[in-house]
Amino acid sequence: MATSASTAAVDPPRSALRRQLDRWLFRLGAPERGPIELVQRRIYVLPSRAGLVFAVALVVMLLASINYSLSLGYGLVFLLAGAGVASILHAFHNLLGLRLRPGRCEPVFCGETASFGLVVENPRAARRPALSLRLGTRHTRFELAPGETRDVQVPAATHRRGLTQPGRMVLETYWPLGLIRAWSVFVPDMPCVVYPAPEATPPPLPPDGEAEGRGRATSRPGDDDFAGLRAHQRADSPRHVAWKVLARGGPLLTKQFSGEAGADLDLAWERLPAHLDTEARLSRLAAWLLAAERSGRRYALRLPMVVCPPGHGHEHLHRCLRELALHGSARQENDR
Amino acid sequence: MKGGLSSLRWRPGLRRTAAPAITLTRQQCTWLLATAALSLAPHLTWLPTWIMGFGFVLLGWRALLLWRGSAPPPRLVLLALVIAAAIGVRTEFDHFFGKDPGVALLALLLGLKLLEVRVTRDALAAVLLCFFLQLSLFFEDQSIPVAGLALVATLSGLAAMASLTDANGRAREQLRTGTLLVVQGVPFMVLLFVLFPRVDGPLWGLPADAFSGRTGLSDTMSPGSISALGESSEIVFRADFDGPPPRPDQRYWRGPVLTDFDGRTWRPRAFAEGAAPFYAVEGPRLDYTLTLEPHNRRWLLALDVPAAGPDAHLFTSDFQLLARQPVQSRIRVELTSHPESSIGLTENEAALAAARRLPPGFNPRTLALADELAAGAQSHEVILQRVIARLRQSELIYTLRPPLLGTDGVDEFLFDTRRGFCEHFAGAFTVLMRATGVPARIVTGYQGGEINPIDGNLVVRQSHAHAWSEVWLQGRGWVRVDPTALSAPRRIDDGLAAALPEGEALPIMMHPRMEWLRGLRLRWEAVSNAWNQRVLGYNPQRQKELLARLGLDQESSWVLGGTLAGAGALLFGLLLWWTIRKRRPADPLERGWLRFCTALARHGIVRQAWEGPHQFGVRVAAETSLPPAARAAIRAICEDYARLRYGPTCSADDLRALRTRINAIRLP
Repeated sequence: MATSASTAAVDPPRSALRRQLDRWLFRLGAPERGPIELVQRRIYVLPSRAGLVFAVALVVMLLASINYSLSLGYGLVFLLAGAGVASILHAFHNLLGLRLRPGRCEPVFCGETASFGLVVENPRAARRPALSLRLGTRHTRFELAPGETRDVQVPAATHRRGLTQPGRMVLETYWPLGLIRAWSVFVPDMPCVVYPAPEATPPPLPPDGEAEGRGRATSRPGDDDFAGLRAHQRADSPRHVAWKVLARGGPLLTKQFSGEAGADLDLAWERLPAHLDTEARLSRLAAWLLAAERSGRRYALRLPMVVCPPGHGHEHLHRCLRELALHGSARQENDR
Repeated sequence: MKGGLSSLRWRPGLRRTAAPAITLTRQQCTWLLATAALSLAPHLTWLPTWIMGFGFVLLGWRALLLWRGSAPPPRLVLLALVIAAAIGVRTEFDHFFGKDPGVALLALLLGLKLLEVRVTRDALAAVLLCFFLQLSLFFEDQSIPVAGLALVATLSGLAAMASLTDANGRAREQLRTGTLLVVQGVPFMVLLFVLFPRVDGPLWGLPADAFSGRTGLSDTMSPGSISALGESSEIVFRADFDGPPPRPDQRYWRGPVLTDFDGRTWRPRAFAEGAAPFYAVEGPRLDYTLTLEPHNRRWLLALDVPAAGPDAHLFTSDFQLLARQPVQSRIRVELTSHPESSIGLTENEAALAAARRLPPGFNPRTLALADELAAGAQSHEVILQRVIARLRQSELIYTLRPPLLGTDGVDEFLFDTRRGFCEHFAGAFTVLMRATGVPARIVTGYQGGEINPIDGNLVVRQSHAHAWSEVWLQGRGWVRVDPTALSAPRRIDDGLAAALPEGEALPIMMHPRMEWLRGLRLRWEAVSNAWNQRVLGYNPQRQKELLARLGLDQESSWVLGGTLAGAGALLFGLLLWWTIRKRRPADPLERGWLRFCTALARHGIVRQAWEGPHQFGVRVAAETSLPPAARAAIRAICEDYARLRYGPTCSADDLRALRTRINAIRLP
């Protein structure tokens, strides 16, 4: 099983009966890693609600035809019934042969809407209209041009941090008449990393060097205190141009500011107040990581098992957040 | 992680929102409107004008909204319209229950529903209403054109449904889908039509107005009642004779017999009904099948005079043949007639007395004429001869447009206007005979009929409606006398058109110069007849015959159900096979590559799903079991395929070269 302690499904089977049904009828099991091809036995068809209404209407029309001995009434009813039956095959054919593989899934903060991407490929030289990818109660409608491959994103609310699998996904179509629903159920293996929700009103970033007690020379540029002037470079912000110097007829110079204290930030698990529980700590650390990234300073993250050395930039931020998300879970070799 | 911080904005409290109502696109609306118009338009001929007007105004309104792209009217307006429609239907028909008000309501509901349509679910309801409306059209008419129109409307309805599920498709695609579904539905339709167990008669009581509005012969006759039918070429029945058809002067199809006269209107007298005829048949017999159009009356319009047959019809004491129930659907009856039989040799005195009775105070000049003719006559035969001779001399004119007559209608016809249709002739003759003391009465029905050369059937139309007389003579019984024939003999032999005087405006179909049109009509009617017999006339009886011919035990519902299910499953299986059969990829390059891979797989070299062409080529090149030349060739093909597939260009020449090399591969 690819699921770990903190791997949750967006749409977990709610009842034992449903689980049994999934296992026996739809042959669902562990998330499927590789490309999924929708072959005959993966596609199911049943009348939709509109189909049942249509059937009732046909029965009423048939009764009227019998009662009034309307030969053409029989003909009309049977023709519509025949078209309805034929539409079963059209719905089935609309899904047949589609190829699915896990797609892009951007990390999100817990509570945000995650977007699971599924790459759907239409190998047929015909259009596939009115498809819908469903996850829980959300769905995304799309269609595929002949031979098109499309990354279909379906949103899902997130409720807990960690690796989240979409779980049971349904690709369905009501085409052509809306009377028949053809669908396929599958559990793709495409975990989405859900970062802990950042604390809403976090305390300010911890003063640097508090733990280690050794202040390092201020060399990182920041924008808090004026630190001097240097020659202007093309990429410098116009706000930082020393206009007064220029006005006095001097050279084009750029004002330099130094970061708060210049030291690398050190965001450590064990320095958080003792009364905070695990999730609260992770939330605060997440908020601090964001604040640290915004401040433009280098920052390091220290968790009980993992240490991220000081760094800066998006890559670094995401790495740190990912460690927060996966905190406490059994690490897997194959997660991304 | 390309998204960066911007994609990582903290957006708490994002609530789930219900899926927004999907409003209809312009194309979907157009399909719906087209379907509605196609379903509604054929009702134009018989639904009250204001209802059709109202319906089309609603459709037009919807079209206008569509054109302008504005929202449907508020619910309150719609509610008011619904109430107005209901009140209107109530006032028009005096009730809600029944066929006609039902269909009227359906038509209005469709218009209102379309006006209200906002989401696809409403739209589906509107399409279903259209189907109902098409069905209701068959109450009035089940002819071939109506069937064709219904087919077109069904196609449009299916296309509308397709456009509801696939909002982005083009109109042509929706039409194609609809057509495909109809084409695939037809085999199922034929199967069900033939094998679905047919049930006789209504399942529950029909509303009183179920068969209203049929034109045709009535059971009373007053001046003008038959000439009103003279211009209608609507078919009353068709007769298919086993042998040659009877002579024109024997083609008297008997309807109601009218004895009671009040000075203006002739009415039937009470008669007895029995399972056996009230006469003995004699002379040559004619076997024929009548296919009678529904007229909602019991008379079967047999050729004079019918013999007892296998069917349980009723014979009346005035020699009609009656069905047990009013004829409410097209029926086929097998009959035998003996045209030369004598009827009513022993008539009871009360009937004869009734056939001599005249209302006092009418037609004094006719009475005087009768006295003059009867004077000194020894027998009724002599009187009859004199009356016939007198009528022949009086130069009466046969016309479709007789002048209106006053109280003493017979006097005015015989002595003043001298122009009349068959009811005037028969009426005058009968009154004259009665005034001389000879029992006489009027028989209405149809006379003549035309042979359709295409299928050899004798077709009798409303314009063949006729009235003639019968006089009772001692020893001969009731003898048919056709007074019309005295003045216009060609009416009997050559039909109405020939009998009318020169210069009289003829109904267009009867015009001699319209020969080609008549030919066309005959052809068309032969087709219609086949349609009527084979399709519309397919009833439990016919079904039984057909099943017996197919060798199926029609009594066992298991056999029938099993056959139906088996044939249905077979059809479905065929369709399924057609659906999932492998189609060749559209791309020739892809086709060649697949052929190449299949050929290699047959030799145990299987390309795995994850292997790209390059990787596959590298692996094959390392296969030591293959000769080095083959390995190199395969490797080269793989590389070429990858280049053509993913490279910038792929010309036709490249393709051909690759294909040749694929074909050239020979493996041990």
